[in-house]
Amino acid sequence: MKKHYTAPYIERNSAGNLNKYAHTTVVRHQDNIDGVPIKNLVEKYGTPLFVFSEKHIRRSYRRLLETIRIHYPKVEVVWSYKTNYLAAICNIFHQEGAAAEVVSRMEYEKARSNGIPGNRIYFNGPSKRKQDLQLAIQEGAYIHIDHLEELYLIENIADELAIKPKVAIRVNMDTGISPMWTRFGFNYENGEAYRTVQRLVSGGKIHLAGLHTHIGTFILDPNAYYWAATKLLNFAQTIKDNFGIVLEYIDMGGGFASSNTLIDQYTPGELASPSLDQYAEAIGAAFNASIYVKEHNPRLILETGRVLIDESGYLIASVLGKKNLPTGERAVILDAGVNINITAWWYKQRVLPTKPFPGTYQNTVFYGPLCMNIDVIRSAMPFPDLYYGDTVIISPVGAYNVTQWMQFIEYRPNVCLINETGEVDVIRFREDLSDITSREFIPDHLRQI
Amino acid sequence: MLQLDDLQISIAVSGLKTGDNPQPGIPVIRSLRAAGFKGKIIGFVYDAMESGIYLEDIADEIYQMPYPSTGAESFLTRLGYINSRSKIDVIIPTLDSEIPLYIRLQKELQELGIHTFICTEKQFNLRDKSKLFQYFTSEDITVPKTVLLNSVAEINKAIQDIEFPVFIKGHLYEAYKANNIIEAQKYFLELQAKWGLPVILQELIEGDEFNVVILGDGKGNCLGMVPQRKLVITDKGKGFGGVVVNNPALEKFAQKVIKSLSWRGPCELEIIKDKEGAFHLLEINPRFPAWVRLAEGCGQNQPAATVLLALGNQIEELPPFKPGVLFIRHSEDIISNINLLGEISVNGELIRKQKKQEEIK
Amino acid sequence: MNTEQLMTLAVNKNGFVFDPENGISYTVNETGLFILQKLQSGVTKEEIIDFLTEEYEVTAKNAESDLDHFMAMLKALNLIEE
Repeated sequence: MKKHYTAPYIERNSAGNLNKYAHTTVVRHQDNIDGVPIKNLVEKYGTPLFVFSEKHIRRSYRRLLETIRIHYPKVEVVWSYKTNYLAAICNIFHQEGAAAEVVSRMEYEKARSNGIPGNRIYFNGPSKRKQDLQLAIQEGAYIHIDHLEELYLIENIADELAIKPKVAIRVNMDTGISPMWTRFGFNYENGEAYRTVQRLVSGGKIHLAGLHTHIGTFILDPNAYYWAATKLLNFAQTIKDNFGIVLEYIDMGGGFASSNTLIDQYTPGELASPSLDQYAEAIGAAFNASIYVKEHNPRLILETGRVLIDESGYLIASVLGKKNLPTGERAVILDAGVNINITAWWYKQRVLPTKPFPGTYQNTVFYGPLCMNIDVIRSAMPFPDLYYGDTVIISPVGAYNVTQWMQFIEYRPNVCLINETGEVDVIRFREDLSDITSREFIPDHLRQI
Repeated sequence: MLQLDDLQISIAVSGLKTGDNPQPGIPVIRSLRAAGFKGKIIGFVYDAMESGIYLEDIADEIYQMPYPSTGAESFLTRLGYINSRSKIDVIIPTLDSEIPLYIRLQKELQELGIHTFICTEKQFNLRDKSKLFQYFTSEDITVPKTVLLNSVAEINKAIQDIEFPVFIKGHLYEAYKANNIIEAQKYFLELQAKWGLPVILQELIEGDEFNVVILGDGKGNCLGMVPQRKLVITDKGKGFGGVVVNNPALEKFAQKVIKSLSWRGPCELEIIKDKEGAFHLLEINPRFPAWVRLAEGCGQNQPAATVLLALGNQIEELPPFKPGVLFIRHSEDIISNINLLGEISVNGELIRKQKKQEEIK
Repeated sequence: MNTEQLMTLAVNKNGFVFDPENGISYTVNETGLFILQKLQSGVTKEEIIDFLTEEYEVTAKNAESDLDHFMAMLKALNLIEE
C-alpha cells in the first residue's frame, strides 16, 4: 500500500512564524449541504454554484422571532429585500409571515410582484422619487421619511390624491457606537427629529404611524440597541405628550451581525458576534422599562436581513489553476470571484475543502477568475492540497451577494435551493449571452463590421 | 499561605514570552510552583521562539496553539487533541486576545473537564477602552474624558471640551501624547491606518500612576488586591520595577470599580491620582499582569488562588499584603540548542518529563 | 543544476533543516524531506518523480507540477541554483 501523498513544502523559520498550528482554521471538510452531496450538485448544476438551504432559512426566521418574543411579544420581523431579493427566497419569509421592507422602486415592484399588498410594505431609503411615492401612497404602504424634501413631496401627493399617507420618520442618534449613521434621517440629539415631527403635525396632511431607525450594519455591541430603543421610546413619549399622537410602531431597523468575521476584526465572528438573545435582551430591556410601552404597547418591528440569510447560503467553486507566488505562498484560482461574491471584500469567509484531507497544509491564497488584482476571495491561510477540478465551499454568502453581484466578464451562475425534503430546485438560472445582449441596440451604421 | 502541595492536576498557562515586552505566563507558573504545586504544568505557546519554552524547570509540556483569530473550531480541535494526550484540569489564559475565546467556549471546555476562572462577556465588553468612559461615568467612578473619533475633523469638536495635551489612542493598542492639534491629527492618521476606527482621544491627567492586581470573586468582592507604584519605566513605557504601596483611598477606589462590575477572576487596574488627590480609572486589563509575582511576594498568591477557584473551591480572602515589597525585573540569556527549536517547530509540541524518563531507561 | 548549498544542510528525520554556515533553519514536510534527501544524493528530477509515484499515492502529472513548485521554492531560498 502506497503512502498518503501531500505536496512537498519547505519554509524558512523565523521568530513569529514558528507555529505549525498558528493559522490553521481548516480542520474539517464539508461534502454535503443538508445531506445533498456536493459532488451531485456540481455534476448537475456546474460551478460556480450558489446553494441555499430552505430548512436553515426557516429555522433562522423562527428562532429570531421566538427569541425576541421572549423579551417583547408584540414583534414583527419584516424581510429586508436588499439582503436577498430572489423571489423564492422572499417567498420563504413571506410564507413565514414576514411583510416586506424595500428601499427602491425596483424593490417595491418586486415585493408587489411577489404578491405582497402595498399595506404590508415598509418603504425606506433616501431616494424615493415622486412617482414611487405616488404609487406607494396610493397602495397604502408605510413611507419612512429620510429628509425634509421628501416630507414636502408627500404633503403635495397627499393633496393631489386626497389621501392621508401613513409615515414614520427615520431618526439617527448616538448609541455609543461608531461610526454614527448621521447621513440618514433626522438627528435626535440636536432636536432635528423633534422639529420634523412638529412640522409634519402642523401640516396636518400626514398620519404619523411610527418611528424608524437603523443604527448601522454588523453591530457588535448589543447595548447600542438598548440606547436606540430607549431614545426612540422617549421620543414617542414626547410626541404623545406634546402632540397627542400615539404611535403604532417602533421600527428598530436591522444591523444584527452574522457569524461572519470582518476583514480587520481580530476575534472571529463566531466568538465576537453577539447571540440573538443578547440583541433581544437589549431591546427587550429598553421596551420593558418604558412607561410608554406599558401604556400604549406599540408594535416592535425588526428589519434585520443579514442574520436571517447569511448562514443559509453557500458558494461552491472549482479550482481552475495553481501557481506559486514569490512569497512562497500557493495561489489557487477559483471560478468564483468577487464579481459574484462581493462580500469577500468585507469578510474573512470560511473556505472548506469538499473531501477529506490528511491534515497537512500549505499557505494558500484564493483568487477569483477576474483579470483584476482586486479579485481575492480569501487572503492566505493554511489549506490542504488542491488540484485542477477540485471544489471548495465558501460560506456564509447568503446575504447581499445575489443582490450586489455584478455583471462583469462572466455570466452569473445557477442559484439552487434545497427544500425541506432535500429536493433541489434552480431558483435563478445561469445567464447566457442573451441576458447580456437583449437590452442592447446596434445602430444601423454599426451593424456591418 | 495557600498551598497547592496536594493538588495532583495539570494546569495549562499561556503567554511564555519574556524579554522586553514580557507576557504574564512565566510569573504565573513561578507563583504556582511557589505555592508547592507539584503537578504538571503545560505551556501554551503561539511561537517556537517564546523564551519560556527554553527554561528547563518551567513547563513540563509545551504545545503550540492556533491563534484565537482562527476560530473556535480549530482551537477546540487542538485543545481536544492536547487533552487526549495529557488531561488538562485548569487553564489560566494570560493574553487579552485569548479572553473572548475562553469566555465563549466555557461550556465546551467544561465538557472536556477543563476549568477556568475568568471574567464574563459583559464584564469584558464594559472594560473595552471605548466603553469605559460611558459606563463608569454613570457609576460615579471618574474616567478621563474620552471621545471616539471617526474622522480627523472631529478632533476640532473634541478639543472644545478637552484641553491639550491629550492622549490619542488606537482602538486596541498604542497611545501617543499630542501637545497640539497638528500632532493630534498626525497621530490620528497613523493610528487609523494601523488599527482602524474609532481612534480614541482622551484627556491627559497628570499625576501619580498606580497599578493594582486584583482577584475578584464575581460577586463584587476582592479576594486579593495588591497596589504598586512603578519605579522603573522602560523607554517603551513598561514597568520593570515597582513597590507595593499602602494607600487606603486607592484601595477603596479600586474596590468600587470591582464592585460595580462584580468582576470575576484576575485583572489589573491602571489608576492615576491627580494633583488634587482624586483617582481616575485609566484601564482594566482582564488578566494577570506580568508583574503578578509581586502579589505572591507580598503575601497574596493570586495565581494559586485562581486555580482553587477554577476548581470550584470556596476560598477565604487572601491575607493583607505587606507594603514595601519591591520587584525589579531582570532578564538573562538562556543557553539551549537548535535541536530544541527543531523539535518544537516540527512537532508543534515538546514533552519534557517523558523525555527524561526515556533517558533514564 | 547546482546543489552545492544543499549538501551543507543538516537534515534531521523530523524535517527540521539547519544551515550551519548561515545559521538559518527550515521546516519541511514529509514529501519535502523525501525530495531533499534524494537531491542530496544526486538524483535527477525525472528519477525523483518516479520515486515519488512509487512511494506515494500520486499521479506523475501532479507529482511533476508539485516538484516544479518545490524546486522553485528551493531556488527562492537560494538552496539550489539553475
